[in-house]
Amino acid sequence: MTTEMPLWEVFIRGQHGMSHRHVGSLHAADAETALLNARDVYTRRNEGVSIWVVPAAQITASSPSEKGPYFEPANDKVYRHPTFFDIPDEVGPM
Amino acid sequence: MYAQMIKSEATADDPDKLKAFQARIDAGEKIEPKDWMPEGYRKTLIRQIGQHAHSEIVGQLPEGNWITRAPTLERKAILLAKVQDEAGHGLYLYCAAETLGVSRDEMTRMLLDGRMKYSSIFNYPTLTWADMGAVGWLVDGAAIMNQVPLQRTSYGPYARAMIRICKEESFHQRQGFDIMMKMANGTPAQRRMAQDALNRFWYPSLMMFGPSDKDSVHSTQSMRWRIKINTNDELRQKFVDQTVPQAEYLGLTVPDETLAWNEEKGGYDFAEPDWAEFYGVLKGNGPCNTDRIAARQKAWDDGTWVRDGLMAHAAKRKAAKAAAQ
Amino acid sequence: MSDPLFEFLLRQGDNTLILGHRISEWCGIAPAVEEDIALANTALDLIGQTQMWLGLAAEVEGAGRSADDLAFHRDVWDFRNLLLVEQPNGDFGHTIMRQFLFDAFQVPHLTALHNASDDRIAGIAAKSLKEAQYHLERSRETVIALGDGTEESNRRMQAALDRLWPYAGEMFLRDGVDDAMHESGIAADPASLRATWDDTVQTTLGEAMLTIPDSDFAQQGGKSGKRHSEHLGHLLATMQFLPRSYPDARW
Repeated sequence: MTTEMPLWEVFIRGQHGMSHRHVGSLHAADAETALLNARDVYTRRNEGVSIWVVPAAQITASSPSEKGPYFEPANDKVYRHPTFFDIPDEVGPM
Repeated sequence: MYAQMIKSEATADDPDKLKAFQARIDAGEKIEPKDWMPEGYRKTLIRQIGQHAHSEIVGQLPEGNWITRAPTLERKAILLAKVQDEAGHGLYLYCAAETLGVSRDEMTRMLLDGRMKYSSIFNYPTLTWADMGAVGWLVDGAAIMNQVPLQRTSYGPYARAMIRICKEESFHQRQGFDIMMKMANGTPAQRRMAQDALNRFWYPSLMMFGPSDKDSVHSTQSMRWRIKINTNDELRQKFVDQTVPQAEYLGLTVPDETLAWNEEKGGYDFAEPDWAEFYGVLKGNGPCNTDRIAARQKAWDDGTWVRDGLMAHAAKRKAAKAAAQ
Repeated sequence: MSDPLFEFLLRQGDNTLILGHRISEWCGIAPAVEEDIALANTALDLIGQTQMWLGLAAEVEGAGRSADDLAFHRDVWDFRNLLLVEQPNGDFGHTIMRQFLFDAFQVPHLTALHNASDDRIAGIAAKSLKEAQYHLERSRETVIALGDGTEESNRRMQAALDRLWPYAGEMFLRDGVDDAMHESGIAADPASLRATWDDTVQTTLGEAMLTIPDSDFAQQGGKSGKRHSEHLGHLLATMQFLPRSYPDARW
């Protein structure tokens, strides 16, 4: 075989209205076949109601060396989380 | 255990980077594909995940041997679903290995020309229907012992593949034991079949964990990298302790006259398998090595025109789409 | 002739049983892992359909037999499947072509059947139809891709089509069982499904750059059970070996 079948990343949305989630990869000659293969490989146990396939080569990922600058600045923004605020019990649910 | 005798690769990297890398692993961080990693870590993982993947794919053959002879429609469906899962597990693992920079086709070529191995257990034949029970009960049981801790392995894609595999695999051992129960409680012929299957698969199952690795440098390195979590002996002991009472429940006899409960260690004492046989099987002299590789080679060769045809069509379709735009 | 309803149900169940068995022979040796998994899904669907069809056949017969009894304890002359589905797998092209020709029939057949006057039949048809629609989508795509692909893949697909074409016509032959089913409002006249099938087949094979053989010749004898091919006996010898060798055993 001269050319290998390209790799695809598979994203599936489950039953309960959650976002599409990356579940794994597979090989297929084209997008149409990738979708069929994804159905056969990744929904054997009734895992999904919607499938996306994306050519693996088309994914742009953040670089591990930028992990610090990318993600650490969010560490100290604790006020973004509801538990930061103390609300008296008598106020009721909030 | 589907990964046996994985030789860890020597690594000649910058000591500072190595130290930082080890610190990340010690802190329980996951290593991801684009992260820096020692060359030895990468190569050892390719060998281990590749061997694991090949084991799933070659492992389809001994059970596939009985799909067309399953005795009821339900058994046929269950066995087919199980063997299909193994293909899926092979696929997940190949994909995990591919994140390390080796392609699936390249790994397949290495399997076919003998550069990569698969678990010794799949070089044993399945001769009766009871073997479908024994394989599920013992072989999957032994595999699970190894796979459950590997869900915590340091390499992210490998760990995620193992999580998916363990989730799906939980029914495999049970279906095997279910077959064994039916056989052990069945007609005299079925009971004989069940005992015979246990006799033939007991020691090969113990071999699945690999030889004792207390003195192995490779194991030490792999354990430091968290791509091996337990020693072979720990897992083998755990397997025996779990399996012996199950055999008793079935009313079957484990083919080991020395088998005895050791109160002091809280586990069974048992006889070691014949390691000469094990090394022979690894070298290619098991009962089915030639047949297994021949079957994979034929599938690969017969499939070439199909894969090429699909690719050629995809290229034509792409060109037509581009021309239409 | 025995009860036409029983005969009809055997035809449904035997088609799915024999084809499911054939497809399951691919497990572990397909051209790619993805294809291996997909074929197993098709086989699993067909085995599941078999359990329903033969289960109902056994119930209708009322002789105390089960779906398994019907599958594992009948001999060649009692089987009622189409000759098409018992043909050997051949290369992957033959397998996919056989699947496509059958799927293209099953979809309109089950579509008609899911309006059957018998609720049990309508229920099985409705469940099976969804599976058949997916099978058709997949087999059609693959036939097109391989027909269009390389010179070799085109040649192999044409050879498969030429080899299997004489077994297509049997799907549309009508006999007393079909008449009885048609009259009681259960199934469509099989001949009436031909136009839909022709349309699917012509469009698909056209896209696949394949030439439909210029022949109406149809082998027959499968669905009537009067003359199966030699292949069926070997398939049954394998499939039925255990229950027949150990008749007292329960599995």
